[in-house]
Amino acid sequence: MPASTLYQRFTRRFRSGFSGPLVRALPTAAGVIVLNFVLLQMVPGDAVDALVAEAGSATAQTTELLRQQYGLDKSPLAQFGDYLVQLGHLSLGDSPRYGMPVMDVISQRLPNTLILMGLALAISLGAGIALGTVMALWAGQWPDRVLSSAVFVLYSTPGFWIGLMAIVLFAVKLDWLPAGGDSTIGAGLAGLDAFVDKLKYAILPALTLASFFVAIYARLTRASVLDVLSQDYVRTARAKGLSPWRITLRHVLRNALLPLTTVAGAHLGGLLGGAAVVETVFGWPGIGRLTLEAVQAREYKVLLGILLMSSFIVILANVLVDGLHTRLDPRIAARLKGG
Amino acid sequence: MRLQTPSSAPVLTHPARSGWRQHVGSLMLGRWAPGIQRLTEPPHALPQAPRSGWPVACALLRSPAAVVGLTVLLLIGLMALSAQFWYPGDPLDMVAQPLLTPGEDWQFPLGTDALGRDLAAGIVHGARVSLLVGLTAATVSVVLGSLVGALAGYYGGRADRVLTWLIEIFQTTPSFLLVVVVVSITQSTVGIIAVVIGLTSWDTVARLVRAEFRALLSADFVLAARSVGYNTPWIIFREVLPNTVAPIIITASVIVASAILTESSLAFLGVGDPNTISWGSMIGSGRDLLRSALYLTAIPGLALVITVFSLNLLGDALISALNPRLRGRTA
Repeated sequence: MPASTLYQRFTRRFRSGFSGPLVRALPTAAGVIVLNFVLLQMVPGDAVDALVAEAGSATAQTTELLRQQYGLDKSPLAQFGDYLVQLGHLSLGDSPRYGMPVMDVISQRLPNTLILMGLALAISLGAGIALGTVMALWAGQWPDRVLSSAVFVLYSTPGFWIGLMAIVLFAVKLDWLPAGGDSTIGAGLAGLDAFVDKLKYAILPALTLASFFVAIYARLTRASVLDVLSQDYVRTARAKGLSPWRITLRHVLRNALLPLTTVAGAHLGGLLGGAAVVETVFGWPGIGRLTLEAVQAREYKVLLGILLMSSFIVILANVLVDGLHTRLDPRIAARLKGG
Repeated sequence: MRLQTPSSAPVLTHPARSGWRQHVGSLMLGRWAPGIQRLTEPPHALPQAPRSGWPVACALLRSPAAVVGLTVLLLIGLMALSAQFWYPGDPLDMVAQPLLTPGEDWQFPLGTDALGRDLAAGIVHGARVSLLVGLTAATVSVVLGSLVGALAGYYGGRADRVLTWLIEIFQTTPSFLLVVVVVSITQSTVGIIAVVIGLTSWDTVARLVRAEFRALLSADFVLAARSVGYNTPWIIFREVLPNTVAPIIITASVIVASAILTESSLAFLGVGDPNTISWGSMIGSGRDLLRSALYLTAIPGLALVITVFSLNLLGDALISALNPRLRGRTA
């Protein structure tokens, strides 16, 4: 067997799993790094300017020396090389403001944001799919009309405003949930209690963040389910006398939700952006609030670090979604294998 | 009579391109002229995209949602244009006693904020900012996105790979964070914010236009234009691009709405233009008094919701007007 055929067979097998999407994502990741470097170069003043400002004063000679020391006198291309080497060491530089590596600053806040996003994604997918299915099954009737209008209003409402109104209603008027923060200060809870406590604080921000995406998924699910409902195999299932529940769950939803998996990956970036706003409204200490703190403190390394990390999270999520999609829908794998 | 658009004769153009273009085409041309007849016209009459949007406008005006959306948007537009007439002063000036509730003093129908600034003046002037940002951002992203998408779709090959790569970079970078970073590096004036929002949302348009171009390239009217010897810019901008107008318009309406939301979020977070009043900044400054003076956040928030809601109504109606097959659906 010629080597080229073996190679092709190998790459095909390689591609059918998660590694294919990973390889395809590499150029994008490289591009994201370039974009971040360009933005870093656009920042007015450099690290030495900041240091000099901190020290109070410095002679022209000292600043020149410092620039040489930090490699800032090199050509942009050489500086880009340095940047890559730094990234290769999984480092984003040091933050003078926080007095520690930028990577540490971000990774301290990241789990909180991931909790919020995970919760919001679960809520929006769950509620969106449920609402969308109901809307499609009763298309044109009153449940569809009522829900469609409600979803349309959600779709048009800015998240931060929903958050503020939710605080007024649930925290101030009804006093059901805390208005902000991420845990009861000084309660000294552990184990399950601590978890429940955290959940109580997370629920309003997660609902707020989810609101827009509930609307999107409900609309998508409705369209997708309506599409599937008109397919022949659904008619066959009905003709076989299967129960409506079984048809909806096994025949309709399984097929209707496939397009949703791709879209959910693409929405991660939007979810991250939304988290920045929602975290500020609720005082949730995640990277969204860190972004704002960094803007106010002019900490561009932290700011760009967050942007880079977020982009990588989106890329990684898309790789996972791609792989999952291939697993869920055998037709895609077959298409790839067939060339 | 001239041979107008390939869409009216799908059988002879591109078998794969059934569906919505065909319907958009027949809508734009009026459904009364059968497409096949046009193909018997002399070949020197080159196909052209429809120059008139009247049939679409008629379809649009038949939908109550579109009429409501358009009316509200027109009113908001009028309000924005006449802002200087109603409230000639700077809306950031203190004009009255602080914290008048709405209706307490009819000179200030929506009340005043903690600094004694007139809320009504803020709403009227804020409409200008919102609409300006929405329209500017949409224009920037449509122009840039169409250009990139058209070049990628038309040339294919290496150019396509590079441009698709560029699109993917912007697709993966969370655009709100990107706007925050760029605005904080440059300056936060309303104009810059609008342009930056446009520069971070062109990727949707580009992807769409690219796909349309790829699909249209093998259409008869492109072959005809080539064989007659039209140059490439003519084919791209006068032949193919006009045929992608319908999806571009729909995307643009979405971009206007999301740009308005983005600007208001920025202003709410305090990253916006500090010298201009905007609905977002009004909500941001009213937030401290959320418990005691709810109207300070509720009123500008409602203004935002009404504007974006009307835009989305119009956008949805546009989708069905341009694509009758989707009528009755919302997504």
